[in-house]
Amino acid sequence: MARYIPNTEKQQKEMLQTIGLSSIKDLFADIPESILLSRDLHIPAALSEMELSKEISSMAARNASADKYTFFLGAGIYDHFIPTVVNHLASRQEFVTSYTPYQPEVSQGTLQTIFEYQTMICELTGMDVSNASMYDGASAMAEAAFMAGTATKRNEILVARSVHPESRIVLESYAPYQHLTVKEIGFKDGRLDIDELKQELSSETAAVIVQNPNFFGTLEDLETIGEITKNAGALFVVATDLMALAILEPPVKYGADIVIGDGQPMGNTMNFGGPGFGFFAVTKKYMRKMPGRIVGQTVDRNGNTGYVLTLQAREQHIRREKATSNICSNQNLNLVMATIYMTLMGKEGLREVAETSLQKAFYTKKLLTETSKFKATFDTPFFREFVVTSEEDPTLLNKRLFKEGIIGGFDLSCHYPDLKNGWLVAVTEKRTQEEIQRFVKIARGDQA
Amino acid sequence: MIRLVPPIFETSVPGRKGYSLPEIDVPCEKLESLIPEGMLRKDKAELPEVSEVDVVRHFTRLSQLNFAVDEGLYPLGSCTMKYNPKLNEDMAKLAGFTGIHPLQDPTTVQGALALMYELSEMLAEITGMKAVSLQPAAGAHGELTGIMIIKAYHENRSDTKRTKMIVPDTAHGTNPASSSVAGFEVVEVKSNERGNVDLEALKALMSDEIAGIMLTNPNTLGLFEEEILEIANVIHNAGGLLYYDGANANAILGKTRPGDMGFDVIHLNLHKSFSTPHGGGGPGAGPVGVCEKLVPFLPAPLIIKKDDTYEFDYDRPLSIGKVRSFYGNFGVLVRAYTYIRTMGPEGLRSAAENAVLNANYVQALLKKHYVLDFDRICKHEFVLSGKKQHNQYGVSTLDIAKRLIDYGFHPPTVYFPLIVEEALMIEPPESESKEELDAFTQAMISVANEAEEHPETFKDAPYKTVVSRLDETLAARKPVLRWTPEEE
Repeated sequence: MARYIPNTEKQQKEMLQTIGLSSIKDLFADIPESILLSRDLHIPAALSEMELSKEISSMAARNASADKYTFFLGAGIYDHFIPTVVNHLASRQEFVTSYTPYQPEVSQGTLQTIFEYQTMICELTGMDVSNASMYDGASAMAEAAFMAGTATKRNEILVARSVHPESRIVLESYAPYQHLTVKEIGFKDGRLDIDELKQELSSETAAVIVQNPNFFGTLEDLETIGEITKNAGALFVVATDLMALAILEPPVKYGADIVIGDGQPMGNTMNFGGPGFGFFAVTKKYMRKMPGRIVGQTVDRNGNTGYVLTLQAREQHIRREKATSNICSNQNLNLVMATIYMTLMGKEGLREVAETSLQKAFYTKKLLTETSKFKATFDTPFFREFVVTSEEDPTLLNKRLFKEGIIGGFDLSCHYPDLKNGWLVAVTEKRTQEEIQRFVKIARGDQA
Repeated sequence: MIRLVPPIFETSVPGRKGYSLPEIDVPCEKLESLIPEGMLRKDKAELPEVSEVDVVRHFTRLSQLNFAVDEGLYPLGSCTMKYNPKLNEDMAKLAGFTGIHPLQDPTTVQGALALMYELSEMLAEITGMKAVSLQPAAGAHGELTGIMIIKAYHENRSDTKRTKMIVPDTAHGTNPASSSVAGFEVVEVKSNERGNVDLEALKALMSDEIAGIMLTNPNTLGLFEEEILEIANVIHNAGGLLYYDGANANAILGKTRPGDMGFDVIHLNLHKSFSTPHGGGGPGAGPVGVCEKLVPFLPAPLIIKKDDTYEFDYDRPLSIGKVRSFYGNFGVLVRAYTYIRTMGPEGLRSAAENAVLNANYVQALLKKHYVLDFDRICKHEFVLSGKKQHNQYGVSTLDIAKRLIDYGFHPPTVYFPLIVEEALMIEPPESESKEELDAFTQAMISVANEAEEHPETFKDAPYKTVVSRLDETLAARKPVLRWTPEEE
């Protein structure tokens, strides 16, 4: 304990003397006696580094983690390979132990990294402006809905049921506080039902929100959806995956006004779902309406290029109750990891990872559906992830796989009762042919 | 060595690679046969093409341009830039924690659930609350969650008239912003001559339209709200609830508890009081705690313990729902858990005592050199005014902040709280030694003397940084928000 608190008893006395007090107790004389805690907190006694490290390591060891198990589970969080350089550089304590870069002259490292990140997000999404991260993809979606409501002065949000269930739950939790109503649009063959969307679009629609690749891994028809959304005067919000964008046309091509998503697949470990980060990008038109921090380039007194937080007139520390959002701390260090990852993988590497994941997912789906144990649920193009309908209850299926050291797919029935025995399987570039074949064999219950 | 670093895009060389991947070992199809050609990207995203060495040099050099807690005192007020223990980092990076998926069967992640369960129990005890949700990702996110809970509580009682949230004039900007995002009208209450909430002004605001009050205690002046019990009575008698902004909780750990003061809902910043690193702006964690009557409104799921097994409890019909995906910034929770178990009850109390001691010591040494509007015992931070330097010598608080950098210290928080002219908000956490504090006060005194004798020095400060003072007005007027290649 004392190792984090340097002052000795002798020094404390000297300091009290300087202040003109005689005891530590005097420092707390402004707290009413009746609420002063007269006992120790009922929390466990302090442990030494050696004892504690052992205890927490044993807690970690009780989890079935990716170093011991083979993952075919995705559904928004993916087990991609992370080059060792990412952790080495992102562990540099100058990145880890610094604050939000409010004093730019001593924060150029963080600021320039964010500027480079913003550039990469703009390159991948095709959008003009990216902010410096949100908490995650789900809260980014809620913020996008708020922004669309303000920008259009309309109050209905149409969201595809093929959007991640966690994102929809968060959206529905936030929406009423800004007087927005949320309507869900169903799906046909694993992608948004265009006819239903046409029916629901009206002069009240503030935004249409879709995800591509969607929760089922399926690719949506963004061209058609974008067109009818724009015709209705609503904002087109596309949630997407940065990895997929290495090989897919950027959302800007389809007229997206806001592009959001979860950035975890970019160099961030699964972390039980957090911390990762959300990204948020818009066209220039909406630049001053977007939430969150933004870094801009400028010059110093000597004409050198430097970077600062900018467009702060949108933010809570300046505008208080009139800010575009209440967000303050974001997920900066996770953004740093993503930037290092995207830099390492670069123009070719990110495509290679994306394409390899796609090929392996396709191969897995092909093998799984070779026998009658699994049927392809949808017949539509997908990325990295696909749905099959299992003959066996997915819960039992996953239990069998677990015994063999495999974390199986996501059981869709809890969020989609209409997809009974639907099983969402993700395959990243990490899975080898051998792992895939073994997984398929056990899942299908092939006789040896 | 500190030097300007060109944007990574300018060091890109076509054909260079920074990665290695195994040969693909499954049969491959033509890409166009898997994805319709129209959906395939025509122009590759212009990401850099660099070697591993290039990447390591680039980000190492960039990192060296940051000031950091590991380098020295970072006295940002209301930010609690305490030392970030390295053991926390090691524990959060254990493969058993980083390599687990939020949707795998709860029986396969019992270690993680046990840690989260124990952490929420400990935080409930530390704050005097009934239950804690670990879901919110940051302080402001915790505020929003807490305010949503207050709204849900009133609405559940069909008390729909309560549309106003009271926020003191000393409050963090996130308080009014969070209230406003949650659909409340913000009503400001002023401070009195002691730097506390003006009780009479508060009473005058009471009506059946008041949903509650957001308070930071100690407040952003670093002063304990001495009349907190009376404030709680006034608000409760009017049917409102009290929200505790835990940004300044470092001052009270183990000394007093928001629950005992009368607060109904609280958030804590684990990246402040509980030593998890700020990461240049996040990730943080903003757990929310509530009193008994508000437990049904907490976000879902909560973690419950049945016999010796931990489970998610989604069966929460009155819950406000979810404020982010999954369960929170788990990696940050591991760090905070490690910290609390390292400190124990005595350690946490000692942290608060030494933080308050440090702040009062520095305040005592500096009040002869700068104006101190509220001259009384402070808690973990205090606020000086640079108005003497500004009015008499033309040296602004911004100038002082920039000059201090040349003395090797990160500047304090400036121009906040808003009720102090030319404010300098100083928080020297318990992890700073007397020697470091003496060096800092010496620097602050030198700067004050310099302001009197050589005010012209300040205009171009700082002198020792990689860039000199940056033109923020230009950045906002002509936004350049991404790198673009120079036109040929």
